[in-house]
Amino acid sequence: MNIIVCVKQVPNTANVKIDPKTNTLIREGVESIINPFDTYAIEEGVRLKERFGGMVTIITMGPPQAEAALREAISLGCDEAILVSDRAFAGSDTWATSYVLSRAIKKFGPFDIILCGKQASDGDTAQVGPGIATHLDIPQATYVKKIEEIKDKLGRVERLVEEGYEVVEIPLPCLLTVVKEINAPRLPSLKGKMRAKSAQIKSWNAKDLECNHKYIGLEGSPTKVVKIFNPPPRKGGAKLTGEPQEVVDKLVSMLKADGRI
Amino acid sequence: MDYLLNEQQVMIRDLARQIAREKIKPVAAEYDEKEEFPWPIVKILSDADLFGVYIEEKYGGTGGQGLELALCVEELSRACGGISLCLAATALGTYPIILFGSEGQKQKYLPDLAKGKKLGAFAITEPEAGSDAGSIKTTARKDGDYYILNGTKQWITNGGEAETYSVIAITDKAKGARGASAFIVEKGTKGFNFGKKEKKLGIRASATRELVFEDCRVPKENLLGKEGMGFIVAMKTFDKSRPGVAAQALGIAQGALDLAVNYARSRRQFGQPISSFQGIQFMLADMATEIEAARALIYAACRAIDAGSKDIARISAMSKLFASDVAMKVTTNAVQIFGGYGYMRDYPIEKFMRDAKITQIYEGTNQIQRDVIARTLIKEAASK
Ligand SMILES: Cc1cc2nc3c(=O)[nH]c(=O)nc-3n(C[C@H](O)[C@H](O)[C@H](O)COP(=O)(O)OP(=O)(O)OC[C@H]3O[C@@H](n4cnc5c(N)ncnc54)[C@H](O)[C@@H]3O)c2cc1C
Ligand SMILES: Cc1cc2nc3c(=O)[nH]c(=O)nc-3n(C[C@H](O)[C@H](O)[C@H](O)COP(=O)(O)OP(=O)(O)OC[C@H]3O[C@@H](n4cnc5c(N)ncnc54)[C@H](O)[C@@H]3O)c2cc1C
Repeated sequence: MNIIVCVKQVPNTANVKIDPKTNTLIREGVESIINPFDTYAIEEGVRLKERFGGMVTIITMGPPQAEAALREAISLGCDEAILVSDRAFAGSDTWATSYVLSRAIKKFGPFDIILCGKQASDGDTAQVGPGIATHLDIPQATYVKKIEEIKDKLGRVERLVEEGYEVVEIPLPCLLTVVKEINAPRLPSLKGKMRAKSAQIKSWNAKDLECNHKYIGLEGSPTKVVKIFNPPPRKGGAKLTGEPQEVVDKLVSMLKADGRI
Repeated sequence: MDYLLNEQQVMIRDLARQIAREKIKPVAAEYDEKEEFPWPIVKILSDADLFGVYIEEKYGGTGGQGLELALCVEELSRACGGISLCLAATALGTYPIILFGSEGQKQKYLPDLAKGKKLGAFAITEPEAGSDAGSIKTTARKDGDYYILNGTKQWITNGGEAETYSVIAITDKAKGARGASAFIVEKGTKGFNFGKKEKKLGIRASATRELVFEDCRVPKENLLGKEGMGFIVAMKTFDKSRPGVAAQALGIAQGALDLAVNYARSRRQFGQPISSFQGIQFMLADMATEIEAARALIYAACRAIDAGSKDIARISAMSKLFASDVAMKVTTNAVQIFGGYGYMRDYPIEKFMRDAKITQIYEGTNQIQRDVIARTLIKEAASK
């Protein structure tokens, strides 16, 4: 089985800052990690390999330092890694990002399953996975919490939905985005770490991928971010204390003064 | 301190540290309480390739030596000195094969031990033969293609859990110290059974059992080295393995210091954190200093041994002696810093003190280590 896992390197912090001028994330000076959701995709890829044989190729689009994420993925059991990197990709929105990734996957060649995280912890859109599937014109299942079986080029997966889960059959090749319920990612192994240190990492740029320049980077991004801002922190509510009668009276008069009743 | 570790040594240390922090620390108290064997942790250490850090690559290890093993045991012991022993005692049982095994024995046994698929153990001690190992009574009588083992080994770490045992037994009583031999005995061999599991003061996640041999037939291919080399196998094994016990002691001491520093910062008395009292500060400073000295000695011992130095008995014994005494002192003082809370099982620190004690006792008591060291001094002086 030929498995591809798409990972994104993200800043390791919940409160990323936004550049007010460009409306993009300020990434400098923040430690980078593999998008936490993608660690589940990596683990599932390695488990699929253990179940069905084959190999796991990891792909990331990002700056050269995203190579660290690829090496980490190798230490966790992935076999090969491709860095998709070019200044021309800067400013790509989710449409352009998924276009570029789909080009990389086309160049990579035949595959059976693409795994993505449910969403990235910084961008948070959950659009890139479905975007890749659309660009490649293959079926997709999102929020997968279990891969029940894969037989005769047909997968059966469980999708996490609000009321429970759905069981979906999906023909291969396909794309799955996974939720954290799907597995418990393993720790790296020493041999994996040693292999990661010396692994050859392929690097592909816009030219290698024969990208249409109208579809990449800031220009190729149909989404225009008008404004990004931190919502003002919520003000604490008022707390009324005292005897019940007193408190109720106070509340009623406050609501009246506010014109709410 | 930068100990000039190479890239792979740093990887081993960091990986063991991560496992200790994320996987062992959260369960250490539970295993101590229940006295269960930590099989889930064995699996994690196996998956991480840590069982093979001191074994050659051609036998499935990662090609390191004693220093790699020490780094690994130190980090694991920071979280639990009992759980770390599943790996350290496997190494003790494996060294005889590394040092004296034939190519065939190495190929047969080392890969599974390096992978952690099978655990190992080493057995010399008997009810009547502790420090005086020369008085063991277990016998191995040659009978055609077999040796027939009879006798009882006592307090064997990993006993019952391990698959591969290195066992010292008497093949020729008349020859005295040259009358013992070493054997590889597999669990499941007919006539090889286990006695009761001991209840212990510390390292309670480690299994300590009797090995009982009753007309146990061991194929003669399982003889390690030559007949009569049993005590040499044991002594050379201890020379290699003692820095591992030292590393266990070091890890326990470091783990206790880590907890003590944090506690001292958070516990307030007389309106201030107790870490503001010079009396506490001086204790912490001495603890840290002695730990660093132990670490320096252990790493130096490992490097000397790994480099192939000849007379390693002294430095090996010194590292075990010093580090275990430091561990006992540091953990006792760590309990002191925790005060009454330190005495309570609800707090993690008393376990470190209980776990530390064994490192002064096994693989030769600290009296025996001093004996080893002194003998080398006297012998050296006499030969001049
Ligand atoms: C409107 C808009 C404008 C943007 N403009 C810019 C900009 O100008 N400059 C800029 O730096 N960023 C910009 N971004 C951010 C960038 O487009 C996104 O970070 C990126 O497209 C991934 O989207 P996401 O973070 O929401 O990922 P999600 O869609 O939430 O990610 C889902 C999954 O897709 C996969 N995936 C996502 N990204 C990658 C990747 N790069 N490589 C491999 N796999 C991946 C992972 O498996 C991930 O778990 C913009 C985002 C938006 C929404
Ligand atoms: C938890 C645990 C795990 C163990 N694991 C193993 C194992 O895996 N394999 C194995 O073979 N053994 C194992 N042992 C045995 C251990 O190595 C012995 O307990 C140790 O060597 C001491 O022997 P002893 O207990 O018989 O003490 P003794 O030899 O009876 O000693 C009693 C006291 O006398 C002192 N003493 C003895 N002789 C001298 C002397 N010549 N000069 C000065 N003082 C002396 C000792 O230092 C000690 O203080 C284990 C023991 C324990 C408790």
